[in-house]
Amino acid sequence: MGLIEAIILAVLAASTPLLLAATGELVTERSGVLNLGVEGMMIVGAACGFGGAWLSGSIIVGALCGIVAGVLMSLIFALMTLGLAVNQVAAGLALTILGVGLSGLIGARFVGERITPAPKLRIPGLTDIPLIGRIFFGEDAFVYLSLALVGGVWFFLYKTRPGLILRAAGDNHASAHALGYPVLKIRMLSVMFGGACAGLAGAYLPLAYTPFFIPGMTAGRGWIALALVVFASWLPGRLIIGAYLFGAVTILQLHAQGWGIGIPSQFMSALPYLATVIVLVLISRARTGGSTAPAALGTVFVPDR
Amino acid sequence: MKKILIAATAAMLVTGAGLFGASAADKLKVGFIYIGPVGDLGWTYQHDLARQAMVKEFGDKVETTFLENVSEGPDSERSIEQLARAGNKLIFTTSFGYMEPTLKVAKKYPNVHFEHATGYKRDKNMSTYSGRFYEGRYIQGIIAAKMSKSGVLGYIASFPIPEVISGINATILGAQTINPNIKIKIIWANTWFDPGKEADAAKALLDQGADIIMQHTDSPAAMQVAAERGKLAFGQDSEMIKFGPRAQLTSIMNNWGPYYVERVKAELDGTWKSEDFWGGLKSKLVVMAPYTNMPDDVKKLAMETEAAITEGKLQPFKCPIVGQDGKEVECKGGTHLDDGQVLGMNFYVKGIDDKIPGK
Repeated sequence: MGLIEAIILAVLAASTPLLLAATGELVTERSGVLNLGVEGMMIVGAACGFGGAWLSGSIIVGALCGIVAGVLMSLIFALMTLGLAVNQVAAGLALTILGVGLSGLIGARFVGERITPAPKLRIPGLTDIPLIGRIFFGEDAFVYLSLALVGGVWFFLYKTRPGLILRAAGDNHASAHALGYPVLKIRMLSVMFGGACAGLAGAYLPLAYTPFFIPGMTAGRGWIALALVVFASWLPGRLIIGAYLFGAVTILQLHAQGWGIGIPSQFMSALPYLATVIVLVLISRARTGGSTAPAALGTVFVPDR
Repeated sequence: MKKILIAATAAMLVTGAGLFGASAADKLKVGFIYIGPVGDLGWTYQHDLARQAMVKEFGDKVETTFLENVSEGPDSERSIEQLARAGNKLIFTTSFGYMEPTLKVAKKYPNVHFEHATGYKRDKNMSTYSGRFYEGRYIQGIIAAKMSKSGVLGYIASFPIPEVISGINATILGAQTINPNIKIKIIWANTWFDPGKEADAAKALLDQGADIIMQHTDSPAAMQVAAERGKLAFGQDSEMIKFGPRAQLTSIMNNWGPYYVERVKAELDGTWKSEDFWGGLKSKLVVMAPYTNMPDDVKKLAMETEAAITEGKLQPFKCPIVGQDGKEVECKGGTHLDDGQVLGMNFYVKGIDDKIPGK
């Protein structure tokens, strides 16, 4: 196995949880809701995902448990922000804090247990293709699922009518409401989709990435996913670029250290974040006419009847 | 508003004291500040095992409280002060980054005794305690050099503080006694705990030709990567053989229990005073996990080295110690570097082909 191939495989694995969580959050934000609780939903997804897989012996059951846990967490958020019209920023932060505590409680009995990680795909013929086989057909299924998910979200948002309505709810909830669209229902479904993706992203960590559960194992990946949505300027295609760029810089800085390139490692650890800032500046400079964010992002909507 | 809150809190405290008055007066309250979750299976896990051992020893005489996941730096000051205000008479702060905050709170609460792990600042009511982990690292270096086929060791480091640097130096010094040309590749994760990143670092090291993984970060992720790839690794802080039954060579286990028992006993007897305790293999603060996955001759060599260090016959930092620049380091301890030199170590020894980040 060549070094370059090894690096690409590591980048794929490192980027996948970011891509999954960011895709969910992108849909949520496109509907006008800012859910800062991604980290909390992810870590609960990790605890439940591992628990499900450990108890059942099945990775698929584990992934489903992670998804369900993420959705349940997002429903708490939906109840607060959509039902009770609570400030979204505060509710999202609270959700993260809740999630970190809750995951420790749920996961306490699974700490120190092991599972067999999700198998790497093996498609006869395809996986054996030199150079590209392992990369395109030889990682675990989550990697390819995450890419398919982004494609699906792009298609939904830009090629279907419900996708158009969802974007309308996020850009101008009053108009969407006046046209007779159920804004709160749309937003609730979007929040739930975001929760499902975050739960799956969290579950990916103990199911495929590092096959054990430890409290706090998401280690801030939920926050990176949030940054990626902004980085991608709310466009699904750019999300792939952003997630893989972030993963690539993270992995390459580790390799650069191993090669003994004389750059301080603290600087290299900061590189992915620096890259995010630079791209943000470039994007905002390249565009005239203001932000690309959904116009109603983060605003509370209470329908007047 | 603030006054009302204070009054309410005071009222609650008074009622609380009234309710538990009898027991609270008898029991010694001991507080702990942890950097990670108690279930991290590494650093914090070992501290909590020690706390439990201490509670078992004293039973009803003590009452313990711990705060987990407390970030290092100024933020931790509030948590430490919270424990002091809650009536804890002895408070253990168990990470390097709590040094300044602990010192600050210690000055504010002269009647409370503080114990700070792995730091170097003391006060009349603040002790320090740490482990001579470099002793274990020296043994690991010997094992690694014996077991490595490629002659390249992979080392996942956390932060460039003296404890970590002395660990790297001890490793290479041990390894050089077997193979003078041994190479070591060092990757700084710049975190104590991020399983994903630790695993990525282990993968990078293996992909670059290292065949033995050693770590100074806290999760078993690196061990698991080594196990998956059929390579060998050393555990960290605690027994990690479960994560690599065919990969773990040994592990440096931090055994804080006896120290906690001793200090709480001193507090109960009223004989506590500020000290600097630095225990190693001899005082059993550093314990090596069973030597596994190696041939008998390597195992024998490892055990002999362990015995020699325990008896004081072998010093990992035996003079002459030569720095990267080829110059001999001043030998303040006579035959070996003195404790101050090890505790403040900020240079690599000859044979490490790398630079300390930020230097």
